[in-house]
Amino acid sequence: MSGWEAVIGIETHVELQTRSKMFCGCAVDFGAEPNTTVCPVCLALPGALPVPNQEAIEGILSIGAAFECELVTDSLFHRKNYFYPDLPKNYQISQYDVPLCVNGHLDVEVEGEEHRIGITRVHMEEDTGKSLHGSETGRIHDAEYSLLDFNRSGVPLVEIVSEPDIRSPEQARAYAAELQRVVRSLGVSDVRLEEGSVRFDANISVRPVGQAEYGTRAEVKNMNSLRSLQRAVAYEIERQIAVIEGGGEIVQETRHWDEGSGKTSSMRSKEESEDYRYFQEPDLVPLHVDDEWRERVVAGLPELPAVRRHRIAESGVDRQAAAVMVEAGDLADLFDDAVAGGADPRTVGNWLSGDVVAYLRRNDTTLQETHLSGAHLQELAEMVREGALSSTAAKDVLGRVLQGEGTPAALAAKHDLIQISDSGELEAEVDAVLAANVDVLGKIRGGDMKPIGFLVGQVMKATRGKADPKVVSELIRTKAAEG
Amino acid sequence: MSDLADLNVGEAATGLRAGDFSSVELTDAVIKRAGITESHLHAYLTFDQDAARDAARVADDARAGGEDRGPLHGIPIALKDNMTTRGTETTAGSKILAGYVPPYDAAVVERLQSRHAVILGKTNLDEYAMGSSTENSAYGPTRNPWDTERIPGGSSGGSAAAVAVGSAMAALGSDTGGSIRQPAAMCGIVGVKPTYGLVSRYGLIAFASSLDQIGPFARTVADAASLLEVIAEFDIRDATSYRGERPAFSQALEEGVAGMRVGVVTELSGDGIDAEVAAACRAMYDSLANAGAEVSEVSLPASEYALSAYYLIAPAEASANLARFDGVRYGLRVGGATTEEMMARTRAEGFGPEVTRRILLGTYALSAGYYDAFYGQAQKVRTLVRRDFAAAYEKVDVLVSPTSPTTAFPIGERTADPLSMYYADVCTIASNLAGDPSGSVPIGLDNQGLPIGFQIMAPALHEANLFRAAAEVERLATFSHRPALATSEVRPA
Repeated sequence: MSGWEAVIGIETHVELQTRSKMFCGCAVDFGAEPNTTVCPVCLALPGALPVPNQEAIEGILSIGAAFECELVTDSLFHRKNYFYPDLPKNYQISQYDVPLCVNGHLDVEVEGEEHRIGITRVHMEEDTGKSLHGSETGRIHDAEYSLLDFNRSGVPLVEIVSEPDIRSPEQARAYAAELQRVVRSLGVSDVRLEEGSVRFDANISVRPVGQAEYGTRAEVKNMNSLRSLQRAVAYEIERQIAVIEGGGEIVQETRHWDEGSGKTSSMRSKEESEDYRYFQEPDLVPLHVDDEWRERVVAGLPELPAVRRHRIAESGVDRQAAAVMVEAGDLADLFDDAVAGGADPRTVGNWLSGDVVAYLRRNDTTLQETHLSGAHLQELAEMVREGALSSTAAKDVLGRVLQGEGTPAALAAKHDLIQISDSGELEAEVDAVLAANVDVLGKIRGGDMKPIGFLVGQVMKATRGKADPKVVSELIRTKAAEG
Repeated sequence: MSDLADLNVGEAATGLRAGDFSSVELTDAVIKRAGITESHLHAYLTFDQDAARDAARVADDARAGGEDRGPLHGIPIALKDNMTTRGTETTAGSKILAGYVPPYDAAVVERLQSRHAVILGKTNLDEYAMGSSTENSAYGPTRNPWDTERIPGGSSGGSAAAVAVGSAMAALGSDTGGSIRQPAAMCGIVGVKPTYGLVSRYGLIAFASSLDQIGPFARTVADAASLLEVIAEFDIRDATSYRGERPAFSQALEEGVAGMRVGVVTELSGDGIDAEVAAACRAMYDSLANAGAEVSEVSLPASEYALSAYYLIAPAEASANLARFDGVRYGLRVGGATTEEMMARTRAEGFGPEVTRRILLGTYALSAGYYDAFYGQAQKVRTLVRRDFAAAYEKVDVLVSPTSPTTAFPIGERTADPLSMYYADVCTIASNLAGDPSGSVPIGLDNQGLPIGFQIMAPALHEANLFRAAAEVERLATFSHRPALATSEVRPA
């Protein structure tokens, strides 16, 4: 794509995990039997009226605040009109020209370089029901019948619209991933792409490097993983460049990403696109957010992932390890717990981001199921610091704690893993090894320090790994010098 | 007056409390009256005698047990058929909802039932409350009890006719552009559209959400006040429900108008107002002045554009409100090869011509490229109308005008000319745009024996002003006429 620059904006839909729906008291319960969490409001029975859900508004405000958006004092709800069988009112209550949150940003890092992506707006809307088409393909065209489930109808949806500040597939992916981390850290949604609780649509155009105007854009939908988002964006950029270089023109349209073929295809062109006839929702009054509410939301924000990664890295942990822990969230919680108890950050960080992650992956389990606690880590780290456990033995103990076998001290004792750090205790072992390796000792005395490692290894072997190698090494040096 | 059906609500409540008669007897009298009048009028779409008698019995039993739930306890009341009633068919006068039985009660229905009012049935209306004559009902027109060749007004024509003739002691209607006040005027009774937000709209099948408001029909101003006091309650299920305390209205009835500042609306005094109607209203302005009111002329310059603005805003909202009637979940379904075709056919067949016209008008007014010129412009006019009223209410306590430019017109006269039909709302629409309370009180008959209505408008939440002036107008007018149909000499047709 040399000579070309991609311009990408991402629209994100996040389903909030509130207790009740956006405009009625029905439970938000994705596992419920079809059409059991419904009422006159979310079925759009004649005469029913919407009432905004305070919890959902709190949720979107925290999202807006996390992106450092301006939280608008009197935002408006609008009706977006279109006919679709799973949209029971045949209009969606959404926000149009005065959304709740505007002018924010999200910083993302790609290969060590930080990019600031503007957030144009964050607004509140409601989800539709679900259609199930009775056909082999599951598509409507050849369906003999369609079934409608309105359980999802009216579930709170937050739409987050980025500025066209993204320039590469990698940035697009980094943006989406960081957005997920931020929203997850707020506890308002689990933002799972595979389950549809978050959806990313990408608006993509290309232009010659140096050109100020944007090219004609296409909107790409249906990416159900971060990887497919990155692939779809990359494919679409290449496609557009090829079209233009081939003398063609980009059509403003919506395109469908097909994971199997790895291609995008046209869904509908903008000319066929609907006129949504937005107008202010007369059943609702402007949503008033006063200073006190705004301040409460900002004050209630948790430590955001970027800040947390930075803080953990600052405490001496490798940046990559910090990122891994913050990504998972619960690992970072455990880290903070152990460090607050006095554990060495670097040691605990390495265990959590390395051994623990590997263990969870290998056993396909979650941290919660392991019952590993901050206190365990702290105890383990303390034993290492005191020299009671070698780092190898510590990893062994950690594995056993993860298995639920017991506490670190008890396990170390039970499995005879306590390190021998007492030089008096080790002297006899060192003497025996030196006596058996007189030639090596001679080399050392001759000024070649390399073989010390070999001698330490011999002592470790003799003590079945229990000797503290630092103490052993010291003893060997002392004895060689004495010689 | 030996027929209990001729009592007003206040009299009936007194009789019930005194034990002079039971709610069952009262309800039977009203049922009997309906038996005589319905074949002439067609005021009701659903009239459930058995349910009404059961409710009356419950009210009587409660009273026998020492309960008294206020002025509506045991009183037979009718509901316009755009208010949902659990277990009772609710059609909004539309074919598309034929057979639709709601699973829930409208907020006002809950209120009435909680006061042990007796619900008689559901009254006829212009389809989705769109109309000024009740001729747009898919189930046939309601006739005016004063002259059955004439319209009863609309859209709440069924409720107005029923109260006028005694087949209900009082009724609820809804008013989007005059749909309570204009039929009240046409039928010679009292009708009040309260401040927007005073009465919950939960369960009212929406026509135009920012304008719709439920209100009472009664034969006296005091009855209308009692009914409104019962239904005017904050409701969390309606986000536009007024959260503040409800002012009391009844105590204003006896205050008289001495010192009250009454503004005659210049723009509704001359042009376009029938001469007899204008003369009757002028006489009432003089009477009010004689009774001690400070009567002056007040101009509402934007009112010239109010009708046009209304016929953009209301259809625009309606175009979205009525989108849900698509054949998917309830009501009529006409089959088609695709979902779109099914929806289109259902709607084409289910909606009548006036509803279709307004959906098209509203859709057009909201369309890309037209929004600013139509809907946007209409919203600006609405703001100007509000400002006019606000400025006027700095100078006066109430505004007055005719309720309707004419008395009841013959059935079929205006159906071919929608604009002339729309003009029937010219005096009433501005109050809806402003969200202010407004009522109609009968003040006399024209030379054809048809009632003339007098409109009183007040600032938002100042229903007390409205009732204070309305009670005085009622006293001054001494309107004691009753339609011939309300007398028992009339036999079933």
